[in-house]
Amino acid sequence: MIKIEKLHKSYPIGKDSLHVLKGIDLHIKEGEFVSIMGSSGSGKSTLLNIVGLLDVHDEGNYYLNGQVIKDMNEKKAAILRNKFLGFVFQSFNLISYKTALENVALPLYYKGINRKERLEIALEYLEKVGLKDWANHLPNELSGGQKQRVAIARALVTKPKVVLADEPTGALDSTTTDSVMDLLKAINDEGMTVFVITHEEEVAEQTKRIVRLKDGVIISDELTKASKAV
Amino acid sequence: MFDLDRWREIFQSINKNKLRSILSALTVAFAILLFTLLFGIVNGLTNFFKEAFADDAQNSIFIRVWKTTKPYKGLQLGRRIQLRNTDYDYVTGEYSNKIQYQSAIIYKNFTIKYKNNADAYNVRAVHPDHQFLEKTIIDEGRYLNARDLKEKSKVIVIGRLIKRDLFGEKPALMKRVNVNGISYMIIGIFSDDGGDNEERMAYIPVTTAQMLYGNNDYISQINLGYDPSLSLDAAVAFGNKLERDMRKQLNIHPDDQSALSVRNMAEANKNVGQFMFILYFIAIIVGSGTLVAGIIGISNIMIFVIKERTKEFGIRKALGAKPASIISMVVQETVLITTLAGYVGLTLATFILSSESLREVLEEYFIKDPSVSQGVVIGATIVLVLSGLIASYVPAKRAANIKPIEALNAD
Repeated sequence: MIKIEKLHKSYPIGKDSLHVLKGIDLHIKEGEFVSIMGSSGSGKSTLLNIVGLLDVHDEGNYYLNGQVIKDMNEKKAAILRNKFLGFVFQSFNLISYKTALENVALPLYYKGINRKERLEIALEYLEKVGLKDWANHLPNELSGGQKQRVAIARALVTKPKVVLADEPTGALDSTTTDSVMDLLKAINDEGMTVFVITHEEEVAEQTKRIVRLKDGVIISDELTKASKAV
Repeated sequence: MFDLDRWREIFQSINKNKLRSILSALTVAFAILLFTLLFGIVNGLTNFFKEAFADDAQNSIFIRVWKTTKPYKGLQLGRRIQLRNTDYDYVTGEYSNKIQYQSAIIYKNFTIKYKNNADAYNVRAVHPDHQFLEKTIIDEGRYLNARDLKEKSKVIVIGRLIKRDLFGEKPALMKRVNVNGISYMIIGIFSDDGGDNEERMAYIPVTTAQMLYGNNDYISQINLGYDPSLSLDAAVAFGNKLERDMRKQLNIHPDDQSALSVRNMAEANKNVGQFMFILYFIAIIVGSGTLVAGIIGISNIMIFVIKERTKEFGIRKALGAKPASIISMVVQETVLITTLAGYVGLTLATFILSSESLREVLEEYFIKDPSVSQGVVIGATIVLVLSGLIASYVPAKRAANIKPIEALNAD
């Protein structure tokens, strides 16, 4: 599903450049539940942004669903994101003036689905994350955990191949963290590839494979107890 | 293509951001309002001046004479100059190619009597063209014609107010009146925009007057209408040449300003024209300034708005929005607001300019019938809408093309 070979990424800082990813090789198959661990500055967010087509890499190869990602313009990237990827962000990134239902329905708008149908589908997904009764509330009327569940519903609504979650529990307390992780596990159980970035061991342990990143290189890549339990 | 979903997005965005929507709408509405009021007032001034000169034909030249104040060619000062038929024939013959209308005038004051009603009135003995020079409006019957002059007929055209004085509501046409003891037939009744004095006036053929009152060839004044196809400068030059020639003809010293006056409306027109030109020039500069201020206002608001929404654009892009859909969302929103606001400004200005009480006040300040041609205002609105389009397109395009990760991290 995701195949990365010798990936490099640098950011210019003044005259110098900061080498963030120094040759990453990673292969994630369909249906995997992978977490990337690393301290801040390890390059884990950069990796997710490149995988999510929110940023571009400098060197190396990236194949998404077998397709080479190179010299992608914004329009093509937008289509691929809409078709293959669902995002869950640490800060939720819901649109403040839209209700929960409208936020969930937004990716379907860009898919070109008509209003009636997209609101029906969106409601279905809100029900799935247990927020059907909150459909017509604005984001600022929801708790952090509820917002993240809305964001997860929004990530799932287009039935993407991969869900990318950047510190999805970073802004949540432990109880809501568990409920969000349970939700991600349930999604994975349905066969969707889930790719989580975190710096919390407890979160990483709930995934099936942990890839540890340090200073732009992979230092370990192993399966967890959770995967063996299945 | 009409896209209901797109417009739903736009209205939601406008509704959510009421303050900035209202601010940008106010900027545009105010710019159009000021622009319209300014041009309305300038047009009102123009209308006032046009009407002030509307009593007589715009292309009139009046030739009048008095006493000389300078001796010339052995002739003494204090000599009374008299215009005669020969002078009239000279002028009309010499310049026939530059003259549209021509009339000699003899001023008289007669008692006009019908049955028991009588009063003293000014009477002008004229040629038929005088009708056009004075802009006399015939209400009933006809004006003097060439045959009246040839036959020296005793016919009279009376003003609307004379008819009212002498006849009341009864018909006056083809009735006979007694003019200083001589019976005249009323052949026409006229009105005139020049006021009551002009309507308490009567016209008789110049030839009839010369025959009956002194049996001479004297005339008081010569009125001409120069060929309206002449340019203002050519008309002024014609008036100047006419004056020089008349001085020679009448043996008047070239510098004797008191003895002869050739008043040329072309000169007044030229002055009014220059005045109006400057007025419009100022109006265009100030009006453009208003529009530019409006344009800068919208541009500022749009830059701010788009900066504020960068994160939202990033979210939308992460969810699959193409750059074009973001640009067109912003541009359509701006165009909608500027168009509506422009329309509001235009309507408000039209409403203000057509208010009766305001019109009465303005008329005291030489502003009459202030109004603006729809074309000018719609043009101004289009300029503002186009500016709003550009002002939103440029920053929107930039915002739509920055990498989504940067947009997401924007505050």
